[in-house]
Amino acid sequence: MSFLEYAPAPESRAILSLRDQYGLFIDGEFVEGRGTPFQTISPASEERIAMIANANAADVDDAVAAARRAYDRTWSKMSGRDRGKYLFRIARLVQERARELAVAESLDNGKPIKESRDVDVPLVAAWFFYYAGWADKLDHAGLGAGPRAHGVAAQVIPWNFPLLMLSWKIAPALAAGNTVVLKPAETTSLTALIFAEILQQADLPPGVVNIITGAGDTGANLVAHDDVDKVAFTGSTAVGRAIAKQIAGTDKKATLELGGKAANIVFDDAPIDQAIEGIVNGIFFNQGHVCCAGSRLLVQENIHDEVVERLKLRLSTLRLGDPLDKNTDIGAINSREQLERIRELSDIGVAEGADRWSVPCEIPENGFWYAPTIFTNVQTSSRIAREEIFGPVLSVLTFRTPAEAIAKANNTPYGLSAGIWTDKGSRILAVADKLRAGVIWANTFNRFDPSSPFGGYKESGYGREGGRHGLAAYLTPAPVGQAAVTAGRTGAKSVSAGRAAAKPATAGRRAAKPRIETKDAAKTTRSATPAKKGAAK
Amino acid sequence: MSRLAVPKTYKLYIGGAFPRSESGRTYEVLRADGAFLANVAKASRKDARDAVVAARGAVSGWSGATSYNRGQVLYRIAELLEGRRAQFVAEIEEAEGASRAVASAQVDEAIDRWVWYAGWADKFAQVTGNANPVAGPYFNISVPEPTGVVAIIAPQDSSLVGFVSALAPALVAGNSAVIVASERYPLSAISLAEVLATSDVPGGVVNVLTGSPAEIAPWLASHSDVNALDLVGAGDLDWVSLEIDAADTLKRVLRPEGGADAAAPTLGRITAFTETKTVWHTKSLK
Repeated sequence: MSFLEYAPAPESRAILSLRDQYGLFIDGEFVEGRGTPFQTISPASEERIAMIANANAADVDDAVAAARRAYDRTWSKMSGRDRGKYLFRIARLVQERARELAVAESLDNGKPIKESRDVDVPLVAAWFFYYAGWADKLDHAGLGAGPRAHGVAAQVIPWNFPLLMLSWKIAPALAAGNTVVLKPAETTSLTALIFAEILQQADLPPGVVNIITGAGDTGANLVAHDDVDKVAFTGSTAVGRAIAKQIAGTDKKATLELGGKAANIVFDDAPIDQAIEGIVNGIFFNQGHVCCAGSRLLVQENIHDEVVERLKLRLSTLRLGDPLDKNTDIGAINSREQLERIRELSDIGVAEGADRWSVPCEIPENGFWYAPTIFTNVQTSSRIAREEIFGPVLSVLTFRTPAEAIAKANNTPYGLSAGIWTDKGSRILAVADKLRAGVIWANTFNRFDPSSPFGGYKESGYGREGGRHGLAAYLTPAPVGQAAVTAGRTGAKSVSAGRAAAKPATAGRRAAKPRIETKDAAKTTRSATPAKKGAAK
Repeated sequence: MSRLAVPKTYKLYIGGAFPRSESGRTYEVLRADGAFLANVAKASRKDARDAVVAARGAVSGWSGATSYNRGQVLYRIAELLEGRRAQFVAEIEEAEGASRAVASAQVDEAIDRWVWYAGWADKFAQVTGNANPVAGPYFNISVPEPTGVVAIIAPQDSSLVGFVSALAPALVAGNSAVIVASERYPLSAISLAEVLATSDVPGGVVNVLTGSPAEIAPWLASHSDVNALDLVGAGDLDWVSLEIDAADTLKRVLRPEGGADAAAPTLGRITAFTETKTVWHTKSLK
């Protein structure tokens, strides 16, 4: 019996009281969907968990209409203080039901319980707690006095951090005074629906948050809906691009948090024990289903062999298996489809000449699994060094000088995150300055906090989530005449009449991100290429 | 007998040099009364691409300069403009058929806007950045950084103030720019390029194209090495198609504005072409 063999220590599922089928959460009630329902399964066992309703176009209409009504009649008229109190209530309810949510998340998503219990769900509560306090302090959000909500926010989230992404979307939107229609990913609807029950317990006014389940077409219908004012999407760059095209020429604002291929740079003077842990956390956290994962390890050439050797040793101690087991380090891949993609790209890596090493571990019979894998001898042009694999696969490349590390790190169309490991503080700051990425972790990796803005450069999307910046993404400055930023002697007058009087809150100039239209005739709502897939990641 | 004037040849401004269009094309610019004023270079697709290459090459130097330095360089432009006030006033009078008072007011406003934006260079990061109180032993700070190469379609109904109002904010944070001048009133833009060439703005930071925005804009909107697209003066173009093209590489897009206050000075025009970078660092006594 090796030291890796522990007696099973599964978290009890008795804490769950799941329904056999879930409806759509619209206007404060669960209603049946009019599309064909689908089942959600545990990716670790392929067992059926529950049937999930599927929202068709009419359901999307209902959800958006409910959000609009709630915005017009209730939420936009409520004081910031009271909006904040609802968010505080939600934060507390999440804490009260934390274990239940963690178990449900691990069951439905496949992530290890120690991650859902110690990372995802605590951050969900933190996110609501943080933004709750903002609701009555919007004058300090950086947009001048009296900023306004956009109105109805359409939010489409991925399957890798189902409940956490929900909190990143809903908390700032509600704090800013928007109402919400949120669509979770097809394979991970469960915790969003439990969250809907929490909203009922919190007595949140009906329609303020609507949760509709379904696949990519549901998300595409939602994003394309004429009565949506703001789109927030986290997922693949391909879908993000389609959304950007779809909303071109409309009045919709967008926050897009898309793919990444982060460089994790390790200099030869790095604190090596911490660096090894950081590399492992960077790419094997959540089975590598992380948009900001440190999937490209850039290691200084003279320590390459040592780092790879130690990585292999460390990876050999990771336990892969039942996500609900408290000792599990590596859970299940979220879906068969994603597993196929990981396998395909991994095989391409081999075909392109890289050396593959996988942890020799037992793979459970049922479910979707992929052993932690390292590629060495990887060329910068290789697809495994360029494309987002979104799985537990690390590509190792080398560099000799800081300049080469920076050049290689930036040699990607993405720009979401990066890591730097060195004992030299001045080098950290200099390298951080040069990296074209929205989040830089120095001597750490994959840290998240509601007060810390998160989001990408380049094709990793635009807009920020978290912090004051994340709040501002759901606000527009006060109409001109109230609190305009003016310059020189002329002052800056209004250049936009804004939306029709029916939606006064969206009127006025948007100085923080001035997407300003004056050609009303040109403000036609477009329906370009519809987003074919929902949140893929 | 009056002296025979020496007219100027108006060329493009790319990478700090003044080339003609590689296409050899020019187009006529007329006075307000319809009389011939000048032949102006009609930039081609290749000129646009050359301009993007020059702009990309200038990003690291310009964005790497200190904010204080960029502020002084931008302020210096205002100084030089002030010195050539009479030239710009005369040019606007001729091109727009404006009275001296109106032309003067436009030049004054353009100069004052340079000054206003120059002053932001070492302040906008303080106003829009953040120290973030994360729940853990980490130093965490968010700062705005330049987006990179910004392509701009300048306001079309103004010689100088529209051009300056679109260009200056893009430069404040350290972006470089490829700017397509007003098709009808391009002369001030080229004269401004002469100011830039003799100021301390490094070559390639500003690249000025004259010609047809309808022809040039699609190449800039779809160019993979352009990071952001300011459509402020593109209201008469098929700007929705430009925005769709821009989505292919997820460019940041500002939409058209019109009227006398197009591109009015705001902090938002600076931050629109910035990216927020958040840096985490561990804290430890060990």
